[in-house]
Amino acid sequence: METISVLEDRKNQISQKGRDTFEMACEKKSLAGAVSQRACVFCGSRVVLYPIADALHLIHGPIGCASYTWDIRGALSSGPELHRMSFSTDLSETDVVFGGEKKLEKALLELVAEYEPKAAFVYCTCIVGIIGDDVEAVCKKVAAKVGIPVLAVHSEGFKGTKKDGYKAACDALFKLIDLNRKPEKQIPLSINILGEFNIGGETWIIKEYYRRMGVEVVSVMTGDGRVKDVQSAHRACLNVVQCSGSLTHLARDMEQAYGIPFIRVSYFGIEDTSDALYDVASFFKDAPQIMERTKALVQEEVCAILPELAALKKDLVGKRAAIYVGGAFKAFSLIKALKHLGMSEVLVGSQTGNKEDYALLREMCDPDTVILDDANPLELAKYVMEKDAHLFIGGVKERPIAYKLGIGFCDHNHERKIPLVGYEGMVNFAKEVHATVTSPIWDLVPRKAFNRAISNKG
Amino acid sequence: MLLRHTNKEIKPRESLTVNPAKTCQPIGAMYASLGIHNCLPHSHGSQGCCAYHRSALTRHFREPVMAATSSFTEGSSVFGGQSNLIQAIDTIFTTYEPDVIAVHTTCLSETIGDDVNQIAIKAVKDGKVPKGKYVIHTSTPSYVGSHVTGFSNMTKAMATAFSKSTGVSNGKFNIIPGYVEPSDMTEIKRVVKEMGIKPILFPDTSNVLNGPQTGKYKMYPDGGVTIEELTSAGDSIGTIALGNTASADAARALDTRCKVPCQVLDLPIGLAATDRFINTLRTVAGVNVPASIDLERGQLLDIITDMQAYLYHKKVALAGDPDQLIPLVEFLISIDMMPVHIVTGTPGKDFVKRIEALTADLPYKVNVKAGGGADMYLLHQWIKNEPVDLLISNTYGKYIARDEDIPFMRYGFPIVDRVGHSYFPSVCYKGGMRLLEKILDLLLDRIDRDSLEETFELVM
Repeated sequence: METISVLEDRKNQISQKGRDTFEMACEKKSLAGAVSQRACVFCGSRVVLYPIADALHLIHGPIGCASYTWDIRGALSSGPELHRMSFSTDLSETDVVFGGEKKLEKALLELVAEYEPKAAFVYCTCIVGIIGDDVEAVCKKVAAKVGIPVLAVHSEGFKGTKKDGYKAACDALFKLIDLNRKPEKQIPLSINILGEFNIGGETWIIKEYYRRMGVEVVSVMTGDGRVKDVQSAHRACLNVVQCSGSLTHLARDMEQAYGIPFIRVSYFGIEDTSDALYDVASFFKDAPQIMERTKALVQEEVCAILPELAALKKDLVGKRAAIYVGGAFKAFSLIKALKHLGMSEVLVGSQTGNKEDYALLREMCDPDTVILDDANPLELAKYVMEKDAHLFIGGVKERPIAYKLGIGFCDHNHERKIPLVGYEGMVNFAKEVHATVTSPIWDLVPRKAFNRAISNKG
Repeated sequence: MLLRHTNKEIKPRESLTVNPAKTCQPIGAMYASLGIHNCLPHSHGSQGCCAYHRSALTRHFREPVMAATSSFTEGSSVFGGQSNLIQAIDTIFTTYEPDVIAVHTTCLSETIGDDVNQIAIKAVKDGKVPKGKYVIHTSTPSYVGSHVTGFSNMTKAMATAFSKSTGVSNGKFNIIPGYVEPSDMTEIKRVVKEMGIKPILFPDTSNVLNGPQTGKYKMYPDGGVTIEELTSAGDSIGTIALGNTASADAARALDTRCKVPCQVLDLPIGLAATDRFINTLRTVAGVNVPASIDLERGQLLDIITDMQAYLYHKKVALAGDPDQLIPLVEFLISIDMMPVHIVTGTPGKDFVKRIEALTADLPYKVNVKAGGGADMYLLHQWIKNEPVDLLISNTYGKYIARDEDIPFMRYGFPIVDRVGHSYFPSVCYKGGMRLLEKILDLLLDRIDRDSLEETFELVM
C-alpha cells in the first residue's frame, strides 16, 4: 500500500481536518478511468421507486439493467410483492436497429393484463435514449387503454449521475401525485415520510413512532409503498425528508404545487431520531398534546436502550471507524451514533456530498480525520491502513475490501438485513458494530497473528 | 410469496423477459479480464454498468472486484467516447499501474459506434500506453448474447492480442476452462498436471477471486495468466477448449492465428464428460492415465453405486449456462435421474440440439428452451405443470424452490447467498463427487424431513 499516490486531479477532493484548510472540491464528474464507487442515473431512479410494491416496474432496455437490479434491495413489503419481480423488454440487436416502441407497448399490455398493477413505471435505460424510442408516447397510449397511470422514468444512464436519477424518480412520483390532484381536504396532523425505503422494516419502526405521537402518516415515499398512498400525498400537512439527497427535489415540487412545507431529518442514532420527532411535533404547534406524547416517547425509548448500549460500549471505547457512504447526510448521523459508542472516526467520505456537507463534516469530525469525496478503493484502503481503523462502514463494494484488510465491517447501505433507524435501530447498530469489531477472527489476520507470535515468544 | 405472480397457464411471450436466466455481456468480459495477472478491466460506457458489474461479481465471489469506467456523459454519447477512453487509459496507467487494460464495450458505446480498436491505436500513438504495457479490447454490446458471450469474446481477445508463433514449441497445452468458478480452474490445472502435461490456462481466476485473507489489500492479486504465458500460447502443442459457448471462439482464433490445433470438448462435469476430457488429454499428449486419476474416477463411481437407489428417477429442473448444463444433464441421466425442464437465457440453437440429442433415448420428452423467453418465469410455469424433486440453478431459483417446496441446489452464476462455490470445484471426478454429495444431501434431507416418526431411520 505504501506506493499509492493520490491522483493530481483528486488532490482537492481529499483533506485532513486540522491540516488542510482548503474548500473541498466536490460534485465533480468522476475522472474517466477512475475506479469510482459511483453508479448511474438509472440506478438512482430504480432505488427510489423500487419499494412501491403494487406498481409494475418495467425496465426498457437490454437484459443487464433488469438482471442487476432484480431484488437486490431489502425493501420489505407488508402486502403485494410485485416489485420483487424482474421485468425487461430484453432488447436485442434488431430492436436496437428498428426501435423498441412496439415491443414496449406489447410488454406493458401483457404485464398489465397479467398482474393488474395500480400503476406502471417504465425505466428508460442508456440504449433507449440513444435509439430514441418515444417512451412518453407509448406510456400515454397504454395508460389510455388500460386506465392506470403509466409513467416514463427518464433514467438513461449517461445523462448525469445517480443524483439525476433521484430527480427522475421524483418527477415520476410528482406526476403520479399530480394525476390524482383533486380539491380534497387536507388531512389534519398528517405528514408524508420522504426518502425512507423500508430496508429491513425501517419504515414500520418510524411509522409506529408517529402513530404513538398522534401524527397520521399519509404516505411513505417509497418504503412499503402503495400507489394509492402516494396519490394522496398532496393532502398531508408536512413533508418529512430523511434521505435528502434523493427526495428533496420532490419535497420542493410539492411545496410549490401544494404549499406543503418540508423539513430534513435523520432517524439514525439517538439524537437525530429524537430531533426528528421533536421537529415534527413542534410543527404541529396547535396540537400541544403531540409534543407531550413525543417527550414521553423519547424518554421511554431512550431509557429502555441505554443500559444495553452501555454494556456494548465497554468493548468499543477508543475504537476507530472509517465511513464511506452514498449521501453525506447519513455520515453526519453515523458520526454521532459512533460517539455514543465511545468510538471515533478516522475517515469519512461520501459519493455525492456538496460543499456545505463537507464543511459541516469538517466541523463535526475529530482532528486529523480524512475527508474524502468520490473515493476509489485504493484511497479507501490506504487511509484505513494508515489510520489503523477497526471498523469500516460502507456498502457492497467496500465489504470485501474491509475484510481483506482484516477489519470489521458494517453495511449501512441497502444490503443490511436489520433495521438501523430509531432507538431499536441504534441498539441493532451497536450490536452489529460490536459483533464485527470484537470478532476473534481479526486476531488471526497474518500481520496481527505474527505480532502476537513474537510477543508470546518474548 | 412470489408464488402468486406465476401463472400456470403458459402463453407465448414475445416482448418480455420475466425473471431472467442470464445477464449481459460486459460482466462476462469483466470476469474473464480478471483472469489475467496485473490486469484492470475497463468498461467503456456509463458509470452504472461498471458499478453493477463490480457489485454483482463482488456479491458472488465476496472479493474486491476492481474495474475502471469511461464515465460517459451526455456529451460523450453525442460526440463519441474517444476522448473519455484516451483519458481513461492515461489515468489508469499513471494511477493504478496495471500491465494490461482490458477494455470491453457496453450497449451505449456500441450503439454510438465507438471504434475501440482505432482509439486504442491512437492511445499508443499519443504515448498514453507505457512501454511493455498493453491495451486489449473486445466488443460486448448488452443486446447481443449474454454474460457467457461476453466471457467468450474477452477470452478470444486475450488469445488474439498476445499469442505469437515463434516456430519453437514450448511443449505445453493451452487449456481454456470457460466460464467456471476459480475453484474449477484450479482443479482443471491440477488434473492436467497430474496427467503429466504442462498447461497454459486462460483465463485463470484462481487465487484472484478466491484469494486468501492476508490482512493486505492487493489491487492485483497473485493469480491470473501472465502476458508471457499468453504470448507463448502461440507456441503450444495444442489447445483444448472446454465448453463450446465460452471457449471455442478463442481456441479457433488461436488455431487460425498461430496454427495451434484445437479441440472443443464439453466441460468435464460428471463422469462421462470427465472421461472424454481425460481421454483427450491422454491421446493428444501421448501420456498414460496415472493411477491417481483412476482412483478418483473409481471413487466417484463408488458413491454412485452406493447411492443409486436414492437417485432413481428423481425429476430435476435446471437453469444455468449452456456449457454447464449440457454435461450436467448428461451426468444426471447417467446416474438415473430425470432432467425434465431445462432453460438457459443464453441464446443459441446448438444448446437445444445437444440437449435433445442427450435426452433422445429417454422415455419422456424434456422441456428445453434457450434465449428469448427462456427465463426463470417459464421454468417456474413448467414446474407448476410438472413438479420436480430437485431444482438446480443460481441463487434466483430460491424463490421457486420456496414457493413449490422443492430441494434446491445452488449452481452457476450468481450465487449470492451461500459460500463454497469459489473454493470447491464441480469439475472433473473430484467435482463430480462434490456435486453428488450436494444432490444426495438434499434428497436424503428431504426424506428425513418428510418421514413419519415410525419410518424415520438412522441408517440410509
